Amino acid sequence: MVLLSLLAVVTIGIVRLRNLFAIVILSGIYSFLMASVMIVLDAVDVAMTEASVGAGISTVLMLGVLYLTKTEESAPIHTPILPLFVAIVTGAVLIYGTYGLPPFGLADTPVHTNVAPDYLAGSIPQTGIANVVTSVLASYRGFDTLGETTVIFTAGIGVLLLLKRLRRASPDK
Amino acid sequence: MHLDAILRVAAKIILPFILVFGLYVQFHSDFGPGGGFQAGLILAAAVFLHAIIFGLARTMRIVPPNVVEIMVPLGVLVFAGVGVAAMMMGANYLDYSSLADDQVHGQEWGVFLVEAGVLITVSGTMIAIFYAVAGRQRR
Repeated sequence: MVLLSLLAVVTIGIVRLRNLFAIVILSGIYSFLMASVMIVLDAVDVAMTEASVGAGISTVLMLGVLYLTKTEESAPIHTPILPLFVAIVTGAVLIYGTYGLPPFGLADTPVHTNVAPDYLAGSIPQTGIANVVTSVLASYRGFDTLGETTVIFTAGIGVLLLLKRLRRASPDK
Repeated sequence: MHLDAILRVAAKIILPFILVFGLYVQFHSDFGPGGGFQAGLILAAAVFLHAIIFGLARTMRIVPPNVVEIMVPLGVLVFAGVGVAAMMMGANYLDYSSLADDQVHGQEWGVFLVEAGVLITVSGTMIAIFYAVAGRQRR
């Protein structure tokens, strides 16, 4: 509850501030709070990823981009009513959607009764891996992870194509 | 920033620990949280820290950009190659059970190699993007 209130405070700060440097730092703080929420939910792997990507790497990349641009956000040129309307409607639909979900932590939902017991029971005899997250990611669902790795590869290649070409086209250097 | 003694000494002290923690997350993922993705990010973050404190030129001497750009596709190739190797041994694609004498050892080898592939691609991609962003000049 404390973490979620802090998340809300940081979000309001990000929305209200116009200084991009402060916003980047606040986004890093947001990611650290989010990582703490993940630890509270016992999702340590996700928390590690959130802390290193959100708070570490993306903050550094944002600062690097900030160095190349101005540090003050320009004033909005149109009224915020339409985006506000879209945000409120989307939020309302999402909150309505949560009423269709089973209660948090219930053991006999479809998520927990389909293949999860097989993975939990089979992880050590079949793969010798005590951490079921690793055995599911790398072995049982290896093809998904191959897809994820290919996504990262594709994203990296795309960013490199864009940025490297721009750098060579610029006259200086 | 390059003359700040406190930052440089602190970075020199903390960098080995970051690297060892990244390797720990990589190789201990059978028993603890983590895996190739997280370890790749931690190792990339160590390179970022080095570049921020000591300057991009010195980092590029330790971790050359062309090596990083080879790492990006290499990891995917390692991952997909493990799947092809499994097919060669007569099992399904990415079924590691036949990679060694018995099923558990085959799975351990397969997971180890696959996680190494993920580590190579993730850290390579992150460092390559960082080099591309940080290497540009302000106009």
